Amino acid sequence: MNKKITLALAGLVSLAVSGVAGAVDTRARFMAANCSYCHGPNGKSHGAIPSLAGLEPGYFVDQMKAFRDGSRPATVMKKHAAGYTDAEFEALAKYFASIK
Amino acid sequence: MTLNRRDFLKTSFGAAGLAVTAGLAGCATTQTGSAGPKVVVVGAGFGGAAFSRYLKMWAPTANVTLIEPNAKFTSCPYSNTVLAGINKMEDITHPYDYLKKAVDNFVPDTVTAIDTTKQTVTTAGGRTFAYDKLVLAGGIELLFDKVQGYDAEAQKTVMHAWKAGPQTATLRKQLEAMPDGGTFVMSVPMAPYRCPPGPYERACMVASYFKQAKPKSKIIILDGNPDIASKKPLFVAAWTRHFGYGTDNSMIDFRGNNQPRAVDVKKMMVSTEFDDVKGDVINVVPPMRAAEVCGLAGVRDGSGGNWCTIDYRTFESKVVKNVHILGDSALTNFPKSGSVANNTGKMCAYALSEQFAGRPFDPAPVVTNTCYSGTGMGTAFHVATVFRWDEAKQSMVPPKDANGISSAESELEMAFMESWAKNVWADTLGLPESYNFTAKG
Repeated sequence: MNKKITLALAGLVSLAVSGVAGAVDTRARFMAANCSYCHGPNGKSHGAIPSLAGLEPGYFVDQMKAFRDGSRPATVMKKHAAGYTDAEFEALAKYFASIK
Repeated sequence: MTLNRRDFLKTSFGAAGLAVTAGLAGCATTQTGSAGPKVVVVGAGFGGAAFSRYLKMWAPTANVTLIEPNAKFTSCPYSNTVLAGINKMEDITHPYDYLKKAVDNFVPDTVTAIDTTKQTVTTAGGRTFAYDKLVLAGGIELLFDKVQGYDAEAQKTVMHAWKAGPQTATLRKQLEAMPDGGTFVMSVPMAPYRCPPGPYERACMVASYFKQAKPKSKIIILDGNPDIASKKPLFVAAWTRHFGYGTDNSMIDFRGNNQPRAVDVKKMMVSTEFDDVKGDVINVVPPMRAAEVCGLAGVRDGSGGNWCTIDYRTFESKVVKNVHILGDSALTNFPKSGSVANNTGKMCAYALSEQFAGRPFDPAPVVTNTCYSGTGMGTAFHVATVFRWDEAKQSMVPPKDANGISSAESELEMAFMESWAKNVWADTLGLPESYNFTAKG
């Protein structure tokens, strides 16, 4: 229960930081940039690591949750998925889906 | 340093703040380009280059001047593959051409003076740049005088190869020239140091070369730390599986609590408190501290005056305002890795772009580290960590389960390591999708 409240609060913080509706979600943009040293600039990868640009948002969120709970086998992604909230998965999914 | 609302307004570069900025930067003579806040960045490694590129994307009106003495970028991560003979120097060397186009001023020069009162930076070429924000991303300074005999003359023979470039190329040549049955003596500095798993990876890479080209040779690792300081179970497993570690015939001889105190080039000998060790090739990484430019700015305040304490939310120095420190020079909970330097560069760019736009800092920043090490035998493994701001601890710490290492080395992770290298180089330097990478796994 506490975890849910924390996640909800994190979501609110994320909304507050992103500012006016319709404006760029700068927090999501920064968190997405965290991913790019492995997944490539703008989520477009060179080599074996998958690209994230243009992924369908529901698929992205499902994969992150599956990495976190261990139902999808992983190397580094189990640790990374454990570091973000559900609201942040959603924000990242929306951001990567918007990259053409 | 935590900014309260009043401080934030004072230092804000929002619409109303720009006039103030123009006034502050009135003494500037050399910067051309965008009219916004003047940001001077020292060092175009993983931290400074990524910072510069992302700040221009996220705050296009910022005027970014990037000062870097090297003509090309040479990657420390992956440079051990050159020692193994897997890659050549050109495979880990990339141009600054794309980065130059991304910033307002790219200055190929060395910084010789910083005045944090007047807020100016002066170069060896005699140019002075005014700044509103100074970003120091100079990496590390190596302290040769902490090892007796490691003078300029000895440095012609004993490589550190802890800054990739000519040192890496020379060490590779020395290893190639070493006879079969020779001894390679290498050292590991006391933590904290640049790239915690790097020395142990180096041992793997050199051992992989010896196994194939000169199998009677030995590697002696003199480690200042009591034990293997990073990814220990994985390195022990790799040394055991590939190089006979733990047997009488081990290629690798690991000696903890053995910090080099002296080198003698005539005798080709390294001395620790316990041992005098002779080698055919000697590779001593001396103690290190935050880069020279951090000394010039007076921001080496932490850990006995060696490293720089920072505010995690902005990477601003805790002792000098408007000076931000990225990458290896900073004293943080993060390992001193290329991924962290790249990522903290973006974190600082994010904080400053929010500030320039008149918005508050992110109250809960997230930053990550992913660090691969190769065995030289076609496999690799990782450590991965997410760090989040913890209000109670006033620090950035990993949430539960968001930190760990590989269960075992694998070929899959070698493919990921190769992909990581290409992506972090592209992300740091702005290399285009069509860029022709030649580095192999």
